[in-house]
Amino acid sequence: MAEAHITPPRLTLRRITKIYPGCVANDSIDLNIEPAEIHALLGENGAGKSTLMKVIYGLVKPDQGEVLWDGMPVEIKDPAQARKLGIGMVFQHFSLFETLTVTENIALALGDDAGDLPSLAKRIREVSEKYGMALNPDREIHTLSVGERQRVEIVRCLVQPIKLLILDEPTSVLTPQEVETLFVTLRKLAEEGCSILFISHKLDEVRALCHNATILRAGKVSGECKPADESSQSIARMMVGDDTPISTDYPKVLREEPFLQVSGLNRVSDDPFGTDLHNISFSVNAGEILGIAGVAGNGQEELLGALSGEDQVENHDAIHFPHGAVGHLSPRERRAAGMAFVPEERLGRGAVPDMSLKDNALLTGFLTGLVNRGMIAHGKTRDFAKQIIERYKVKTSGTEAHAESLSGGNLQKFIIGREIMQNPKLLIAAHPTWGVDIGAATAIHKALIELRDKGAAILVVSEDIDELFQISDRIGAICHGRISPIKPTPDTTINEVGRWMAGDFAEVEIKA
Amino acid sequence: MIKLEPRGQHSKLMAWLSPVFAGVLTLISGAILFALLGQDPLEALHTLLIMPVSDIYGLAELCVKAAPILLCAIGLSVVFKAKVWNIGAEGQLLMGGLIGSACALALIDAEGFWVLPAVLLAGMVGGALWAGLAAWLKTSFNANEILTTIMLNYIALNLLIWAVHGPLKDPDGFNFPESAMFSDSALIPTLIDGTRIHFGMLFALLAVVVVWVLLSRSFLGFQIKVLGLDASAARLAGFREKRLVWIALLISGALAGLAGVGEVAGPLGQLVPSISPGYGYAAIIVAFLGRLHPVGILLATLLMALIYMGGEMAQINLGLPVALTGLFQGMLLFYLLACDVLINFRIRIPALSTPATDKLAANQEAAN
Repeated sequence: MAEAHITPPRLTLRRITKIYPGCVANDSIDLNIEPAEIHALLGENGAGKSTLMKVIYGLVKPDQGEVLWDGMPVEIKDPAQARKLGIGMVFQHFSLFETLTVTENIALALGDDAGDLPSLAKRIREVSEKYGMALNPDREIHTLSVGERQRVEIVRCLVQPIKLLILDEPTSVLTPQEVETLFVTLRKLAEEGCSILFISHKLDEVRALCHNATILRAGKVSGECKPADESSQSIARMMVGDDTPISTDYPKVLREEPFLQVSGLNRVSDDPFGTDLHNISFSVNAGEILGIAGVAGNGQEELLGALSGEDQVENHDAIHFPHGAVGHLSPRERRAAGMAFVPEERLGRGAVPDMSLKDNALLTGFLTGLVNRGMIAHGKTRDFAKQIIERYKVKTSGTEAHAESLSGGNLQKFIIGREIMQNPKLLIAAHPTWGVDIGAATAIHKALIELRDKGAAILVVSEDIDELFQISDRIGAICHGRISPIKPTPDTTINEVGRWMAGDFAEVEIKA
Repeated sequence: MIKLEPRGQHSKLMAWLSPVFAGVLTLISGAILFALLGQDPLEALHTLLIMPVSDIYGLAELCVKAAPILLCAIGLSVVFKAKVWNIGAEGQLLMGGLIGSACALALIDAEGFWVLPAVLLAGMVGGALWAGLAAWLKTSFNANEILTTIMLNYIALNLLIWAVHGPLKDPDGFNFPESAMFSDSALIPTLIDGTRIHFGMLFALLAVVVVWVLLSRSFLGFQIKVLGLDASAARLAGFREKRLVWIALLISGALAGLAGVGEVAGPLGQLVPSISPGYGYAAIIVAFLGRLHPVGILLATLLMALIYMGGEMAQINLGLPVALTGLFQGMLLFYLLACDVLINFRIRIPALSTPATDKLAANQEAAN
């Protein structure tokens, strides 16, 4: 590939169109990726990134358009054929077997090409060392951190000859430091001639890493640019269009009157692959937002379960509201005491998919006078749902629409609105803007700030460190079920919180 | 080749059309079956479905058969909404009959307006207790209610047979396995003279209304529905799962028990070994055929009662075995389950492909 002047592009997509019933996922999309190029594919949720990716990887057959590989037209029928061409893909959600070793997992993914296990293990070790991704082939997956699991997925692609590596939102599960390490690996790969398609919505990262970017909006290419020459704002504009507010800075506040106090909370996880909580202590003050950062699977679920009341804790005093201990109270009793809760799963916990928005308003709003002597006040409930929809600009056909018919962002606005309209004194929100488009995320942030300014205590647990820095007044991190120091946001840096997310804080001192 | 394609959103229209399709397919299969047996299909279907209800007596008898099925099915709609699979309506019905009979026989010399309510209440308690056993096993030991309720059906049947051969046997009954006839004050009065239709049908209709209100208007019913649709949402909202399981099972058990005591204190007037020809099982089919909706269940009950009567009629007029009833019930359930696929999937015949894909295919061929 030395005579670069006549080398055709590694991959060319021409007028790719994919129509699903009721939606055009990809509308005549063109894309060019050169050898050794790191190309970003940007766009909001639902812009068509995933579909396009699946077309390239042979998971989805386009209705129209053609795919050229090294200048030759090809039809990629399935992932096996894609791999044969030299296309590797790292999905956002890993598909690894917890109880098998790294080598065994990779052997399973490769199928017949795996060869015998000892020599595969040797190749894994070579590849991981070459690209600066330390990985022990003999370890079982459940002992690995999320970052290490991602390495397994990447190494799986690299043990075979690779010409194009596709990464879907790879940094969403990493600490800022891990992101840097990943970028070193990717740059090295690109120098060797491998093309990389990097899918993300984190604009700073794209600007730092990628040579070129293609931006999708509503299934169409809305722009192409060299990210290094653009500002994050200008790229965001191409993603969302002109009429959506992008983001704002919110003034930080410091308060002193605690509402929720957690002290010495210990809990053994119900899940054999879960994370136990160790001596968790923090407090959330009325009128402030406390942000807790952390990579998924570090005890967030267990902490949130204990706080919501779904799992009651043995030491009742470990969770404390101003009027007393609540560790033994049910979710309903905690709600009666002023708590509201926005869970991570919108469909299936936050809302019942198969029920109308009206019924979903009743789901947690039943304590606010919607039930009269055991009977549902249908009129009031409908009004309540209507108010949520109007006030939080939920796009829907009305109060009778089923929760499952709403987009993720709209449903999240509904759920957050439902909780906020009950005037809680404490709001606990898990990953409030996960998978939500920029417009909805901004609306959600505004609603949270408004509630804060009305004097409510707010706890936000999120994997998105940028979001936490934007809205939190104080910030900390959780790692291996332990909580880091908590500092006022202006007094810390993304780097420091990143180190906390990796477990680098004093509390972890040898506790045998 | 025919392909099933997910609809993305489930079809409400199909949810109500599916029972209709199932009914039509059952009729067609039934007709084929009759033809194979050497009967004239139309005449046989006439005997099965029209003849039983062509006079007042027949209509009254239809109500007699419908009452216990309706009571069981409407109760089952409550538990099934909570996704608690009570297969034990039959056993709960038998226990209702057994305990109700024991009460009626204990009060055989008593007179007064309170005797019948006491007997009915005893029957409801009997059914509720039997369902309560399953609730206890489920909430305390996480025992699967499908298995426990089925097994409890057999225990209830054997208890009843033991009682009717032993402690409850009529001392003056020449050793027949039957109880003494209940006293008049323990019998449910008939509605129309000269027929067997009794107040039990009114209880059943009342139960339909109460369950309708429970499920559509009350917060308790709302919680039961949420539990069934999405248990983790119910937990997060703070609904008490175990309590809801208990309540739903007790309601369904009590209604099945009422159906049982309605049989012994109604058309039978005494305890006999066979008080139910599988009403409790038929009610499961009825509940699903009626889409767990009160009106749907009412219609499905009438159909099921008709099949029971038609089976008897076919036995008398056409000399066909009474197994015909079970056969038609089975076909109905089978076709319903098959048609329910259409709620979430549509049928596609891909032979009619779009020009776009054809063009793509042509391009690829040219490239190769």
